[in-house]
Amino acid sequence: MTHVVTVPDSTIGRWEGAIERSARIRLVRVCREGEAWQVAGGLHLGGATPLVMIQCTGLFESGDALRNVLHDWKLPLFSIIGYRSYLDQAKLPGDTCLVFTEPILEAWRIDYRLITKPAQLDEIRSHFHACRAGERAGAALIAE
Amino acid sequence: MTIESRVRIPLVAALEALRAARRDDEVIIPTMGNAREWMKLGAPHALDLILVPSAMGHGTSIGLGLALAQPERRVIVCMGDGSLLMNLGSLASIVAARATNLVVVVFDNGVYEVTGQQPTAGSAAGRAGNAGVDFAAVARACGFESVHRFSALSEWAGSARRLIDGPGPTFVALEVEPVVGGVAPSSPGPAPLRARELMKSLAR
Repeated sequence: MTHVVTVPDSTIGRWEGAIERSARIRLVRVCREGEAWQVAGGLHLGGATPLVMIQCTGLFESGDALRNVLHDWKLPLFSIIGYRSYLDQAKLPGDTCLVFTEPILEAWRIDYRLITKPAQLDEIRSHFHACRAGERAGAALIAE
Repeated sequence: MTIESRVRIPLVAALEALRAARRDDEVIIPTMGNAREWMKLGAPHALDLILVPSAMGHGTSIGLGLALAQPERRVIVCMGDGSLLMNLGSLASIVAARATNLVVVVFDNGVYEVTGQQPTAGSAAGRAGNAGVDFAAVARACGFESVHRFSALSEWAGSARRLIDGPGPTFVALEVEPVVGGVAPSSPGPAPLRARELMKSLAR
């Protein structure tokens, strides 16, 4: 991983400090999630290994941008996507993120793994390496 | 005087000036209407990324990624004004990422050319008589290091090389004529294959 292209949410945003302290990984802040996919596409074309890190609401926003880089150009980009309200439905009762997130990932044919507990963290690594070896896009969906 | 009432640069001539100024190691990313005309100018260059098919507006974003991955090269993105309006935030992202090797050239014709020349929301004609959006001012406000606007071909042609070489990120707004009857560009070939070829060329 060389770059993390991100729009934060209240869970994954807390990882920024650790990413910024890394000597190996560069944090790239963008203004909206559609940008993140295309910046990552450019990074990949240029020989880097980017990660897109966004919330599921940003996934909803990103449709055309990800369609273009993942399916038109077939760039094997990996993403970490925060799954709002999966673990805590008290703040936003009836949050429709729970209705649409996984069907939308499936509609965009993104091979994802749902991560709901810390014991599964190794699955992110193994899925990333499997997607990389297979030159296909993938995602880790992080329950929030 | 509004931009719309001034004499504008012919799009093809503006692109020819860029083509003449280009160094062999530079990446150029044409999009939408300017991609259509760029492909007519001659044989494709190994470092051309003809962004067809595209997600409209994202030329600046893919250019930002390329510029960050290839910091030793200049990356030049050719945008339409309608495209840039779809992704104005990318100008802030470019500055935040300190992409000093990225050059954004906006070919501002005031219309969505390939759909039949409907005015954009940024043109005076599309804003009920209000002044058109000053893209150079927007870029300056976002923090671009070097910002320029040209309405005369001779000034653009005479300055292009120097501006590309200067410290960036660089933003150039060119007031160009819409191409009458200009249609959407056709893909020059399978995108995945072109992606692989570009990656090979960049790795050499």
